[in-house]
Amino acid sequence: MEPVVRIASRTVVLPADNVDTDQIIPARFLTGTRRDGLGASLFADWRRDGAGELRADFPLNRPEAEGARILVAGANFGCGSSREHAPWALTDYGFAAVVSPSIADIFKGNAVRNGLVPVEIEASAHRELLSRPGAEIVIDVEAGTVSLPDGGSARFELPPFARRCLLTGRGPLDFLLEREPAILRYEQGQDDVAEAP
Amino acid sequence: MNVETPRTLFDKIWDAHEAVPAGPDHPAVIYVDTHLIHEVTSPQAFALLRERGLRVRRPDRTWATVDHSIPTRFVEGRPAFLNRATRTQVETLERNCEEHGIPLFRMGDPGQGIVHVIGPELGLTQPGRTIVCGDSHTSTHGAFGAWAFGIGTTEVAQVLATQCLLQERPRTLGIEISGRLGVGVSAKDLILGVIRRFGVAAGRGHVIEYRGGAVKALDMEARMTLCNMSIEAGARAGLIAPDETTFEYLEGKEHVPSGDGFADLVARWSRLPTDEGAAFDRSLSFDAGSLEPMVTWGTNPGMSCGISEAVPAPADADERAALDYMGIEAGRPLLGRPADVVFIGSCTNARISDLRAAARVLAGRRTNPATHLLVVPGSAKVRRQAEAEGLDEVFRSAGAEWRAPGCSMCIAMNGDRLSPKELAVSTSNRNFEGRQGPGGRTVLASPVTAAASALAGAVADPRPFLQE
Repeated sequence: MEPVVRIASRTVVLPADNVDTDQIIPARFLTGTRRDGLGASLFADWRRDGAGELRADFPLNRPEAEGARILVAGANFGCGSSREHAPWALTDYGFAAVVSPSIADIFKGNAVRNGLVPVEIEASAHRELLSRPGAEIVIDVEAGTVSLPDGGSARFELPPFARRCLLTGRGPLDFLLEREPAILRYEQGQDDVAEAP
Repeated sequence: MNVETPRTLFDKIWDAHEAVPAGPDHPAVIYVDTHLIHEVTSPQAFALLRERGLRVRRPDRTWATVDHSIPTRFVEGRPAFLNRATRTQVETLERNCEEHGIPLFRMGDPGQGIVHVIGPELGLTQPGRTIVCGDSHTSTHGAFGAWAFGIGTTEVAQVLATQCLLQERPRTLGIEISGRLGVGVSAKDLILGVIRRFGVAAGRGHVIEYRGGAVKALDMEARMTLCNMSIEAGARAGLIAPDETTFEYLEGKEHVPSGDGFADLVARWSRLPTDEGAAFDRSLSFDAGSLEPMVTWGTNPGMSCGISEAVPAPADADERAALDYMGIEAGRPLLGRPADVVFIGSCTNARISDLRAAARVLAGRRTNPATHLLVVPGSAKVRRQAEAEGLDEVFRSAGAEWRAPGCSMCIAMNGDRLSPKELAVSTSNRNFEGRQGPGGRTVLASPVTAAASALAGAVADPRPFLQE
């Protein structure tokens, strides 16, 4: 995972609330055994019509969305299925951050572990971003700030460990592996040992 | 922590599983008692282990089954895989389990089934345990007073390698449910009612504890249905205090000790319920007595109404888009809306009690010829039990297809799916756009409502079939 410190990009706006991970990547694209190459299936049923043609009116398909790395979405983004294929598809497509008033729990964790920055901002700043699709903004992961098109800025919170994961590109697995002695001590103190198969 | 501080059920499980408490710069390391895996969200986790040269730390605490993408149909005795990719997923899981010594329930094994159906059946799901799986409906196991939640694939790799996860402590949400469910109103209607009332994001950041007389009155399978859809209320986990009903269900299960061992466990489990005076971060209450059978009219599980109620006028652009997608008009009930498919299955409603309830409605009757009824048992064990009771004959005689166990048309990965614009009355958990097939339309309902709808060929009230 590459460190993410600062993202400067135009936005793409997808204003619907409660965008679930089945929309982000429909289940029929989950039959693989690899993490890469899922960007082609991102929002598959919204980006393309029944005949497989791109829908010109879908925000990601507009010419100005080309190369945009910040997705501005409605509330409760990423709800539903725990599929990590959702952040895999978003990052493979080119997104580096999702900005929303609220992001679903499982998706938020999956995003951080894949270097996709989950940015939760308050309603008025979110409205400002919704009203200005294609705005050039800057997300500063270290400072926890988003620059707004009107010249202001909004703050966003990340748990300290999640922020460090993003800034260093080092995930929780290394941290856990280093805790092996403590894990072993914990196990030895337990009497609730699962039966061997 | 002061031992006299009253604690919630969740607090007690959390406290008992902190292998390393939270520090200023890291969340707590939480030990996982039971890890369930399946073919769709595990291959990339095993690949990560391989890249890093890591082994599975506790194969004896890991259990694998195939369910999500497997066929539920056999042709000339062979499973009819949708395509090469789904077959490869199953073969990949078989190889990974073999390489790491993980017990696996293959297609055709007597213990195989949907991951959230077999955990409780085997007695792997026990009060006080931490249980995780790369599937958001892991919340199901909370019915036993376990802290059970869905994780992503990177986390699956972490648990495989270390048996632990880093967790920020969630807040607690107590939902007190009073009143008594009426005839034809089930745990499915209850959870749909709760989600409608409090919203699909009500539980975000929280672990829910369902409490109160209406919850205590539910049997274990109904409690599983209730906890299953906690994720549809935004909560990763939902749990219910263990009690006599729980202990009775678990006694004699394969992985539950018997005799003194069981008595000791019951004594420990009995200390788990939330202490008198313990505080939840947030509390809500709900009256179950006024509920009628529920149906969804939109594209998330919060968009629902009572079966006799008119579909409400759209409150915003999202609701208008949902009605448009569903081809449903506001202002009148869904009753009578033709159903192309009725699906009885999924980790929400494919246990034996669900099939018995559906069979009671269908017995001696025929489904409407315009409606295709698909009944998919949750596990091989449920299937055997149903066949022993003759339920399969009831379903077949009614005109239904009786399939092999799996997730089937709940997630529509295996070829069991709707065609565009087809409408299904489904006992599954998600009515998201395209969930049951691109362009497909889903009306979530209970098993009896689904069965009544199959007879009517349209969304129907089950209660007239349950009067005699």
